[in-house]
Amino acid sequence: MTVTTDLASYEDALATYDPVMGLEVHVELGTKTKMFCGCSTELGADANSQTCPVCLGLPGSLPVVNAIGVESAVKIGLALHCEIAEWCRFARKNYFYPDMPKNFQTSQYDEPIAFNGYLDVQLEDGEVFRVEIERAHMEEDTGKSTHVGGATGRIHGASHSLLDYNRAGIPLIEIVTKPIEGAGQRAPEVAKAYVAELRELIKALGVSEARMEMGQMRCDVNLSLRPHGTETFGTRSETKNVNSLRSVERAARYEIQRHAAVLSSGGTIVQETRHFHEEDGSTTAGRIKDNAEDYRYFPEPDLVPVAPAREWVEELRKGLPELPRVRRNRLREEWGVSEHDMQSILNAGAVDLIAATIEEGADAASARKWWMGELARSANESGRALDELAITPSQVARVTALVAAGDLNDKLARQVIDGVLKGEGDPDTVVEKRGLKVVSDEGALTAAVDEAIAANAAIADKIRSGKVAAAGALVGAVMKATRGQADAARVKELILQKLGVEG
Amino acid sequence: MPGITREEVAHLARLARLELKGEELDHFAGQLDDIIGAVARVSEVADQDVPPTSHPLPLTNVMRADEVRPSLTPEQALSGAPAQEQQRFKVPQILGED
Amino acid sequence: MTDMTDMTDSKSEIIRLTAAEIAAKIASGELTAVEVTEAHLARIEAVDEKVHAFLHVDREGALAQARAVDEKRASGEKLGPLAGVPLALKDIFTTMNMPTTVGSKILEGWVPPYDATLTKKLKDADVVILGKTNMDEFAMGSSTENSAYGPTGNPWDLTRIPGGSGGGSSASLASFEAPLAIGTDTGGSIRQPAAVTGTVGVKPTYGGVSRYGMVAFSSSLDQGGPCARTVLDAALLHEAIAGHDPMDSTSIDAPVPPVVEAARNGSVQGMRVGVVKQFRGEHYQAGVMQRFDESVELLKELGAQIVELDCPSFDLALSAYYLIAPSECSSNLARFDAMRYGLRVGDDGSKSAEDVTALTREAGFGDEVKRRIILGTYALSSGYYDAYYGSAQKVRTLITQDFEKAFEQVDVVVSPTTPTTAFPIGERADDPMAMYLADLCTIPTNLAGNAAMSLPCGLAPEDGLPVGLQIIAPAMKDDRLYRVGAAVEAAFVEKWGHPLLEEAPSL
Ligand SMILES: [Mg+2]
Ligand SMILES: [Zn+2]
Repeated sequence: MTVTTDLASYEDALATYDPVMGLEVHVELGTKTKMFCGCSTELGADANSQTCPVCLGLPGSLPVVNAIGVESAVKIGLALHCEIAEWCRFARKNYFYPDMPKNFQTSQYDEPIAFNGYLDVQLEDGEVFRVEIERAHMEEDTGKSTHVGGATGRIHGASHSLLDYNRAGIPLIEIVTKPIEGAGQRAPEVAKAYVAELRELIKALGVSEARMEMGQMRCDVNLSLRPHGTETFGTRSETKNVNSLRSVERAARYEIQRHAAVLSSGGTIVQETRHFHEEDGSTTAGRIKDNAEDYRYFPEPDLVPVAPAREWVEELRKGLPELPRVRRNRLREEWGVSEHDMQSILNAGAVDLIAATIEEGADAASARKWWMGELARSANESGRALDELAITPSQVARVTALVAAGDLNDKLARQVIDGVLKGEGDPDTVVEKRGLKVVSDEGALTAAVDEAIAANAAIADKIRSGKVAAAGALVGAVMKATRGQADAARVKELILQKLGVEG
Repeated sequence: MPGITREEVAHLARLARLELKGEELDHFAGQLDDIIGAVARVSEVADQDVPPTSHPLPLTNVMRADEVRPSLTPEQALSGAPAQEQQRFKVPQILGED
Repeated sequence: MTDMTDMTDSKSEIIRLTAAEIAAKIASGELTAVEVTEAHLARIEAVDEKVHAFLHVDREGALAQARAVDEKRASGEKLGPLAGVPLALKDIFTTMNMPTTVGSKILEGWVPPYDATLTKKLKDADVVILGKTNMDEFAMGSSTENSAYGPTGNPWDLTRIPGGSGGGSSASLASFEAPLAIGTDTGGSIRQPAAVTGTVGVKPTYGGVSRYGMVAFSSSLDQGGPCARTVLDAALLHEAIAGHDPMDSTSIDAPVPPVVEAARNGSVQGMRVGVVKQFRGEHYQAGVMQRFDESVELLKELGAQIVELDCPSFDLALSAYYLIAPSECSSNLARFDAMRYGLRVGDDGSKSAEDVTALTREAGFGDEVKRRIILGTYALSSGYYDAYYGSAQKVRTLITQDFEKAFEQVDVVVSPTTPTTAFPIGERADDPMAMYLADLCTIPTNLAGNAAMSLPCGLAPEDGLPVGLQIIAPAMKDDRLYRVGAAVEAAFVEKWGHPLLEEAPSL
């Protein structure tokens, strides 16, 4: 299916219009059990093996709120500088869909648990942009449908669908921004930075692993344009389930260009949901959001109101971890890296890994060098996230310690890391098994140096006559003879000493 | 208070996923108009400054610990299913996408 | 060995025993649980074709439960206060070993994979569950005519309704098919059937009996409760099914009020009893008001002080109820969509899930259910919410406040349970508003969440049919119902010379 959509150039779009964005992020909490029943949330279970009368919506079943779900919502609210409701209720959002067992979603409506907050996000150049938060509320996820038959395996053309309710009822926190205005051409960057910052925050709070690639964090990008100098918002489109940082940026950019093309040619934007396509960064039309849609919200009568005690809220506030942006700025100074480098570290998902490696005894430069160099390359090649690599910060710290002690040089260290990644054991085991230790036996080294001098008399003479730079060739020969396991600096020292030259 | 029309009943039936037949629409429209005419009296209090009661009991903060309880077996979960396949509920093709 | 005549006699004696008497005889060894169960099963077999109180009779299961009780006794285990007593369970509670249909085609044949908390409590108390009783579909109705499986007859006159929605339960008691039954009361579905069949029914305080496993009609109003032929039996059953349930968020975490003790110590001496002026007027049958007024006189004679009360908001109760209950039901019944359980219609391979859902709901729900779903959908829809649902919730507050004021002046309130006696089957079938009037006196209690009982107070002179007296108590003061109810019951039985049900025709 090819859909041709006219797009304005990004520059032209921004020359005429101001983008206004609204971002809705759903975060799946990492609780042990579902939001309203005791079924496990463990991933990878057999279909429909983690269901009960409650999450299957069987007649007669009743929900009971997961206390950690509420606690997580309050923590998120506090970290987003929100007010925490003194009293709030759950509400039913009524609409039919086969993956939703009760045909209503238990959510919150006009009484969210957290509201009126903000999140400061830092752009690549260090500028801080404040994103205002409208609300954060609790709700539940739906089941999973697999569409069978039909050429694409998608919903279109399917002959029937198969439903697995293991995910139905998993706790979600929906975080909604106020309209983000004034970002101008940086709107897509702000969107991306906001989602990235939110992800870091959620991880730091320990309420979810917030893995976007696994759907644990999903973003809807609402976007509208208005001509420069006007106040009224334009009609918005709602691009659903944009599930990577890069996609968030691309979706916003695409919609800016699409809206601009429609508006500039005198057309009108239809209020509709849109689907984002990873392949080419485009969006296509989904459901029209007309006024026929009526969720008939009303207070959930099966659940009693939630009234977080003020003392409890203050206790949670005290227990909040350092906010990621504050922590990053502190670490940036401690590590002595630039804003730009810190941004790269953040984008690579390496902040915590580097910090942990330093905590295990590595120096900042080495920790950063390995994670952002060798390991980033390896992650890239295998298409995995850094923290999914089979190496721990403490193992990386051990490698840096071996290098610092002169037991490994960089080349050997790379081989050690390779061995660890391949599951050959911890660094010391790999050194042992692969026989990678730097030759530090002075006797063996001296013998190798003598051999090299004897075999390269002409070069030796040059060195004796003061051409110290020529020593490189002899060092090379010794390294070759020791299969790279010698400490090059020590070899050079020995050569110069033997030839009676000051280094 | 406005009365309820046949068209409105048809719209409500669609929202409620009821495939009402033609004569049923007429029948219900008439009856619902009567009922709504009678119960609309409640709006006498719409302007009164009275808090609404959604729950008859003054309970708050009823929660459970985040502890796993046994689930049903998949066989039990699927025991009432009109159709099943691959340990999943088999349903007709789903049209809309939300 | 007894001969056939003796056996028949002893069986007819057994079925006329109260639950308390049966339990005592089983405990003493005078009767076995199996004998008691067999007697009731035989009675069901003999008369239920006419009464149609049951949708499902679990002969084997009941006998197995009874045998287990007898074995317990034989091995010297101490038996609970209702061990071995048969019970008729309203078909709205889930049961793992029996179908649960809620009187609807949409759940025909559905056997739930879990037991309701109430079902579990009955089993734990060694109560013998005979089967599931007929009801208005999804408990929506006041006559049991809305059952998808046909109406139930009133044992006093089989051409009349046994009340609803729990008409099967009340009829099973009045026809001596069971000494105990379970009902649910959303707008009067325990009390109104009790009134029109001459039996006793109690709607406990909201949150007093777990709703887990009770198929929801209107979550904020529904409450399960005991049905029996005597006040003491109702109290014994009340105690067995009440108490906190962590599976129900709206369950009260407090001790069950001392209902059995109260039922054993009936008295109204020195009590202040309220009579609400709103519970009287054009819709009330003369004979009903006559028996009610006599009841008030009786209460005076028994030492109660009568206080006239004005509860103006009660006039709006019926209207508020018919917005709140349909609203909640429109959402509660959305789950019946032909995807996971129950009926599926029209799945011929060409239709979408959406169409199959709509076709199934059209075919599986009866008229009253559809009417309420549409009414509720309307009341909740944007643009109407504030005027209808929102206002109804405000009325709810006003009613609660009226009750609070009333209970500052009195210990209990009394009223007729229903404005009329049992009406003929079919009479109000196509006039929903007339049908809704049956709940005029019972609804305020559901809206406020407090407790109420209905017990027989005589036969209406004009038609010879039972009239119910309603006693209303504040929330969590359920014991007052039993204290007053037991006193009134004792006085009436003394006056009549026998329990009212003895005047019912033999079937
Ligand atoms: Mg949501
Ligand atoms: Zn569950």
